[in-house]
Amino acid sequence: MSEAREFKHIGQRTIRPDGYDKVTGRANFGADLSLPGMIWGKIHRSPHAHAKILSIDTSKAEAHPDVLAVVTASDFPAIQSETIAVGEGSEDLFDLTRNLLAADKVLYHGHAVAALAARSERAAAEALSLIEVQYEVLPPVLDLRAAMADDAPVLHQDMFTEGYDKKPEKPSNVATRLEAKIGDIEAGFAAADVIVEREFYTPTAHQGYIEPHACTVRYDENGQSMIWCSTQGHFDVRARTAKILDMDQTSLKVIASEIGGGFGGKTTVYLEPVALLLSKKSGCPVKMVMQRTEVFIATGPTSAAKLWVKVGAKKDGKITAMQGRLAYEAGAFKGSPMMPGVMTMFAPYDVANVCVEGFDVVVNKPKVAAYRAPGAPQAEFAAEMLVSELADQLAMDPLELRLKNAAREGTQTLYGPKLKSVGLVACLEAVKNSPHYQAPLGTPQSGKVRGRALASGFWFNMGGQSSVVINMNPDGTGTIVEGSPDIGGSRASMQMMAAEAMELPISRLKPIIADTDNVPFSATTGGSRTTYATGMAVVEAAQKVVQQLKERAAALWNLTPEQVEYADGVVHAKQGDDQLSVREICQAAEKTGGQISGQANINARGAGPGFAVHVCDLEVDTDTGKVDVIRYTASQDAGKAIHPGYVEGQLQGGAVQGIGWALNEEYIFDDQGVMENSGFLDYRIPLASDLPMIDTLVVEVPNTFHPYGVRGVGETSIIPPLAAVGYAVSKAIGAPITTLPCSPPRVLKLIQDKA
Amino acid sequence: MSKTHVTTSINASLHEFLCEPGDTLLDVLRNELQLTGTKEGCGTGDCGACSVTLNGRLVCACLVLAVEVEGMEVGTIEGIGQSDSLDVIQEKFLEHAALQCGICTPGLIVSTKALLDENPDPTEAEARYYLAGNLCRCTGYDKIIRAVMDAAATLGGAKEGV
Ligand code: FES
Ligand code: FES
Repeated sequence: MSEAREFKHIGQRTIRPDGYDKVTGRANFGADLSLPGMIWGKIHRSPHAHAKILSIDTSKAEAHPDVLAVVTASDFPAIQSETIAVGEGSEDLFDLTRNLLAADKVLYHGHAVAALAARSERAAAEALSLIEVQYEVLPPVLDLRAAMADDAPVLHQDMFTEGYDKKPEKPSNVATRLEAKIGDIEAGFAAADVIVEREFYTPTAHQGYIEPHACTVRYDENGQSMIWCSTQGHFDVRARTAKILDMDQTSLKVIASEIGGGFGGKTTVYLEPVALLLSKKSGCPVKMVMQRTEVFIATGPTSAAKLWVKVGAKKDGKITAMQGRLAYEAGAFKGSPMMPGVMTMFAPYDVANVCVEGFDVVVNKPKVAAYRAPGAPQAEFAAEMLVSELADQLAMDPLELRLKNAAREGTQTLYGPKLKSVGLVACLEAVKNSPHYQAPLGTPQSGKVRGRALASGFWFNMGGQSSVVINMNPDGTGTIVEGSPDIGGSRASMQMMAAEAMELPISRLKPIIADTDNVPFSATTGGSRTTYATGMAVVEAAQKVVQQLKERAAALWNLTPEQVEYADGVVHAKQGDDQLSVREICQAAEKTGGQISGQANINARGAGPGFAVHVCDLEVDTDTGKVDVIRYTASQDAGKAIHPGYVEGQLQGGAVQGIGWALNEEYIFDDQGVMENSGFLDYRIPLASDLPMIDTLVVEVPNTFHPYGVRGVGETSIIPPLAAVGYAVSKAIGAPITTLPCSPPRVLKLIQDKA
Repeated sequence: MSKTHVTTSINASLHEFLCEPGDTLLDVLRNELQLTGTKEGCGTGDCGACSVTLNGRLVCACLVLAVEVEGMEVGTIEGIGQSDSLDVIQEKFLEHAALQCGICTPGLIVSTKALLDENPDPTEAEARYYLAGNLCRCTGYDKIIRAVMDAAATLGGAKEGV
């Protein structure tokens, strides 16, 4: 795709096809399905962060008249270690099984130890206390420093750090060490006139989707088992559950309910295999719904990270070297998003000498899950904070400094390829010319101070496997059958892309998310891939339908397909007046060879990277340390915004999650590793009253791989806020922020220490 | 444990149910009466996904005991408008793309209706504070607030500014 194109549907703000169900309460989410004869499952969780399991006695629970099944890890078939893809990363099947139900050891407060199912939700909850577990409590390892210390208690005796030339002699909490570099980092710093260096820390934070994990399942010994669940990827739920329970994939149908938010946190399984085991044992359908506390203590979160960074530049602002050393908490099992952190850290910069070292570290906290651009917000936070500091040291405008060093077409990335056309410069220019950046910061009332900062963000975006079938119905309408759970309105974009390709009104096309039996494999909704990759499959399937429509009309006229044309839902003979509408062709399909459908099963390559630039104005109350964002603008390259409303929504939602991470959100543990703020009252995500409007500047630098130019937009937007907010607080209070969140006590202390 | 018989009006139609003393209104709506439009995000009064009205007053259904609604009028999302006759608030949420995943939407629509019943012309700040009990993790609230203000304007005219 090169020059700008005229679109009929794309770029409109249509009403999403699932909208009516969502505003009337009819849409069915994970917890909304009940089946006849259904019973309720609950999980017994560890009160300790680190302990040996000496014994589990389930006999009292089993004897309870309302309890119909109890399971523990010993009910799982034996499982071998095996790496499986999950969302944007991977996880180990053996670890996953251990995370579902602990065996031998519990590794975090809240770790599942046993599960039971009973006739009512209340009976199940009450019976949990009848499960008796004997523990030998071990010292918990609660942060990176403790975990990486030489004499640290080791979580997994069989874990030896990978990534060194020689296998280490003793086991360690460091699962992996990784180094990536280009150029000559020493020479880069030697050439610098100014060098800045600092260490940063970001806390454990949760995805915070409002819908807790939930499923309703029915085991069937004749190969008709069913799982209904809230997930970003029902094919992955099927694959994992089938593996863990040693079933064929064909004997398990997974239906993706409507999903009440995921942000990466619903790309793995926590309940489904356990629920199916309970159903198998009890002979009844089983429903499991997590409590909010369980969501906090036993799912998600994303990694706390320690981030050391050093940047060198010439006096004129040309950056000569960028170096980072990053440690990410993986939680109880290896597999933090350290690698994407390493690869994205300096991606917004065109710099010849870059070196980043990363460590994936296990600690006694819940195993992390993907969270929107996993790994990138932490690493890029550190980098962006320091680039802003460099701008101040050089007395340069932070935007000009970024423009001068901006990654652009041809820039060599640390992760491999040279960039194709990308939108960072366009985003910087958009912000530079925005009313927000042009306006003065303004003077606050007494007792308050203000700051402004900006930050860039980069995320790879993904493609991957998507399958789509468009079935034309005898009345000339079409059903778009896809396999990508819709978290944020993607059905609207599928409908619009199909309408564009088929030149039909959107009302004639209905997108649905089929279950695993009714559409070929489709990868999880994650990596900002759905509108890109599934959209590509929609367009290909639509083109096949159009081709068939032409063939069928031509056949009715005794012409060849080359002798007809298609436009606006009508096939015309190139010569003469013959014409047939889509409706007429579909009605006559019976006579021309059967029904018409188009299918595309693709593995999309070439997802265009996404760049963003955000600018934040905020005000700090110097008496309390409370920070209020007073103006915020988010600019991002969408390639092509199919539905601008939902693209803006991704920018705004990501920005606000990032603002929450920067200002308030963090897991607070006591010294035994018990989470103390496992509810929305104390783990405070942003409220409507905390925020201003979030202005958006959607930039469109088309991605040539997509027929309409789409780039994913879902993730990049969470990256810039951490440093845009963090550095604006630094500017406001005149003291460096090194630790997130900038919560009132922490900010107040910095103000007081300075005075 | 013996169950209590409760008679109540839900969305202007008479309902009877049996419940245990510890059952919340949310449990009964969702699990007994299959009115699953009211959502559960926390069960502790912190998220607003379970917003309903009780004799016209906005409450969290997860904080109300089911036995308490004897003789009262309960209003849920199912009583607000259906797809052939949407309420203006519902229409505005759709027009403004004020939902992404939609799990918070029923609660927000119930709360917005309560807001506009109480205060037909809220300022942006008033709307933001009234809806502060309804968490949305997807949207950043921008489009929700725009939808609310537009609904207020359509229904009668909102004040300018904050
Ligand atoms: S479920 Fe009632 S407030 Fe969250
Ligand atoms: S739209 Fe997802 S929580 Fe509000």
